[in-house]
Amino acid sequence: MKTFENRELVLPGDVLYIGRIRAGENTYRFGDKILATRIGLVEYGRGTVSVIALEAGYQPLIGDLVVGDVVDMELGFWYVDIDAPTLAQLSVPDATGSPYSPEIVMPDILDVGDTIAAKVVDLDRKRIPILSILGKGLGRIEDGLVIRMTPSKIPRLIGKKGSMVTMILKETGCDIIIGQNGRIVVKGRSREQEDMVVKVIRRIEMEAHTTGLTNRIQEYLRCWKEGRL
Amino acid sequence: MSSNEEWRRVDGRRWDELREIRIESGVLPNADGSAYIEMGRNKIIVGVYGPREMHPKHLARPHTGILRCRYHMAPFSTEPRRSPAPSRRDMEITMVMRYALEPAIFLERYPRSTIDVYAEVLQADGGTRCASITAAAVALADAGIPLKDLVAACSAGKYEGRIVLDLNDHEDKYGEADLPLAYMPNLGSITLLQMDGLLSPEELDRCINLAIEGCRKIYEVQREALKRKYEAKKEVEGN
Repeated sequence: MKTFENRELVLPGDVLYIGRIRAGENTYRFGDKILATRIGLVEYGRGTVSVIALEAGYQPLIGDLVVGDVVDMELGFWYVDIDAPTLAQLSVPDATGSPYSPEIVMPDILDVGDTIAAKVVDLDRKRIPILSILGKGLGRIEDGLVIRMTPSKIPRLIGKKGSMVTMILKETGCDIIIGQNGRIVVKGRSREQEDMVVKVIRRIEMEAHTTGLTNRIQEYLRCWKEGRL
Repeated sequence: MSSNEEWRRVDGRRWDELREIRIESGVLPNADGSAYIEMGRNKIIVGVYGPREMHPKHLARPHTGILRCRYHMAPFSTEPRRSPAPSRRDMEITMVMRYALEPAIFLERYPRSTIDVYAEVLQADGGTRCASITAAAVALADAGIPLKDLVAACSAGKYEGRIVLDLNDHEDKYGEADLPLAYMPNLGSITLLQMDGLLSPEELDRCINLAIEGCRKIYEVQREALKRKYEAKKEVEGN
């Protein structure tokens, strides 16, 4: 038995369903009830109930593109802060493509304080994310603006099949790297362009739970282009 | 003795009346989650960080995350001024907060990590431990930490021979008993129960039931606080 309307705002502990149904994301079972674990919008699917979280920390998954800071290094690997519950590790072979040898001077490749775009290639047996920077568009980020957004709202910034981000790229002329962990690198030709992208991202973050967002953002960008903002 | 209905407390409340309560969520942009609570003359701000890497690392546990709390009263929160160094009482409430919040969090999902809760009492007027737990639960939800339920906390006690709800500083100091209680309303479970003073078994029962009723009212305020953040944004959409 449903206790809420579809896509209604729910809070942790809210009873979403009473009876037999599969507990989806951000929910759990307590006796014959399904309860929410996060603030979000409830979604009743076929034989399942889940919550689209509006606030959630980053939980690394294999294949994610992330943006992080190198915070420390040890023999053969770097520690990278990707806003996950634990620091991620990047080993020399995953950074250079060749095995570690004592001749390698690690700070010459990556130093503490560098920002990198990387891919989560594995979660080891301690659930520590293992990163790689081998691949197109990955590696040290030389310039740009890093801004943060709630990781659970990243899918809204990307949009259906990338519709939102493509539109932002086209309208502003900026280059954007979206890390699944909520860090976004914005590279524009002028400060004005970058500022606009930041404004747009802030707006998406504010209105992530509303409908018709892509159209509104498009209108917003058009106003900016025509100098009406 | 006048009847319970006519009787008024030192601050003019009825025996089963809460102090005026206001909660705001997401007040600290630098924290992952935060809340501010005003409960009568209590003013408390709570910041939540994490789940994040545990430092020092030897405290990390391989099978579970750890909840760390810090309850602190600002030097200017009481009259006279209070030393900012952590006192025995601060350490007790720190522990009590942790015990009250731990059952509500899915800590096992974050092995080797920590969730840090910092409660700073800006102004104190009795019942700060309950107000801190109430605000911490809102801050945890605001941080997106998976919770089994929100935790609401409230005290009941005995003052001038009567059972009263939500004691203030005066009633706490000069009353016969004080019973702080934290409660998860949807699960119906008590996560904190302390008692100071003397109560008969019947009075204890009445106090617990009264405190639970208080927690349910506070729970509604917590819900409103969390929802308000999103409803304000829905209006933006309407415009």
